[in-house]
Amino acid sequence: MTPDVNNVAAPLLSAGATAPPFTLSAGPDKSISLKQFRGRAVVLVFYPADWSPVCGDQLALYNEILPDFAELDAQVLGISVDGPWCHRAYAEARRLRIPLLSDFEPKGAVARSYGAYEAAGGICRRALFVIDGDGIIRWSYLSPFDVNPGADGILAALENLQGRTVS
Amino acid sequence: MKLDQHAPPLAVPVSEKDHAQGPADAPIVLVEYGDYECPYCGRAYPVVKELQRRLGDRLRFVFRNFPLNTLHEHAGVAAQAAEAAASQGKFWEMHDILYEHQDELANTDIVQYALKVGVEIYQFEADLSGEKYAKRVRDDFRGGVRSGVNGTPTFFINGLRYNGEHTLDAMLAALENAAPRK
Repeated sequence: MTPDVNNVAAPLLSAGATAPPFTLSAGPDKSISLKQFRGRAVVLVFYPADWSPVCGDQLALYNEILPDFAELDAQVLGISVDGPWCHRAYAEARRLRIPLLSDFEPKGAVARSYGAYEAAGGICRRALFVIDGDGIIRWSYLSPFDVNPGADGILAALENLQGRTVS
Repeated sequence: MKLDQHAPPLAVPVSEKDHAQGPADAPIVLVEYGDYECPYCGRAYPVVKELQRRLGDRLRFVFRNFPLNTLHEHAGVAAQAAEAAASQGKFWEMHDILYEHQDELANTDIVQYALKVGVEIYQFEADLSGEKYAKRVRDDFRGGVRSGVNGTPTFFINGLRYNGEHTLDAMLAALENAAPRK
């Protein structure tokens, strides 16, 4: 049997890789590019879908500790394949202040470039990336679909990053 | 359900700063990170009470704040209310009444509960409106995040993460297992 190449999940990009550049819509009339955060750390949060229970808890948790991310000079970005109007409704309903980017057209292209796309379900995997100010991935983590990975790993990675920058 | 050896352990050790019930030298220490408005915490509340009743002096129970304000608009204020009550020696009374009235946590409700548990109300209201205990709540939250807490309730038994069901049988077994009777 020939495996369907589209169903073979590409490996998650790991520490040391250059973060693939992207520009995605962050709402009906706004777009965000990775390169605009040069000089700061970026936390990319790929998640399967707006409105799903685990995703909601995960983003709510990150929303709660935005001051801590700011202290570590890090910008958090959420990414899923949901469209910009869906993201807007979701963010308003949950009072989320994290920009939610739409990897909508071509669908999942950015997630694929990070190895964070699940072709079988047509959704993003639950993957986390910490990218340094030079655009290099310093930490990545893939969580099972139904497990909220928390924030301890991200915070530890950001602190390591600061340690490196300082020294 | 065994305790999770791979999950991050409790990052902030239990200390005298914690709100605790049960002897300081109890062989079993159960730490809960909870949110007063979270329905899952509400369901776990009577389970913990029963665990305390069954295990008696063998159990020390510690409650720490983990209010997800994004999801629960009253959770942060409720947590601060319990801390304000704690400053007048009424933490557990307030903790209990909040969990017993999870669906009625508006500010006016909370003041009623404060009167009921018998705190000096002017001090309580001043503490609450001045957000005197916001930092304390935030510190609990941060410590929880460091311990890998990703939702509520999250329990730690003798410092290790408990990932089992929040039922009496499952939790009792895990607690007994943590410190078998001699």
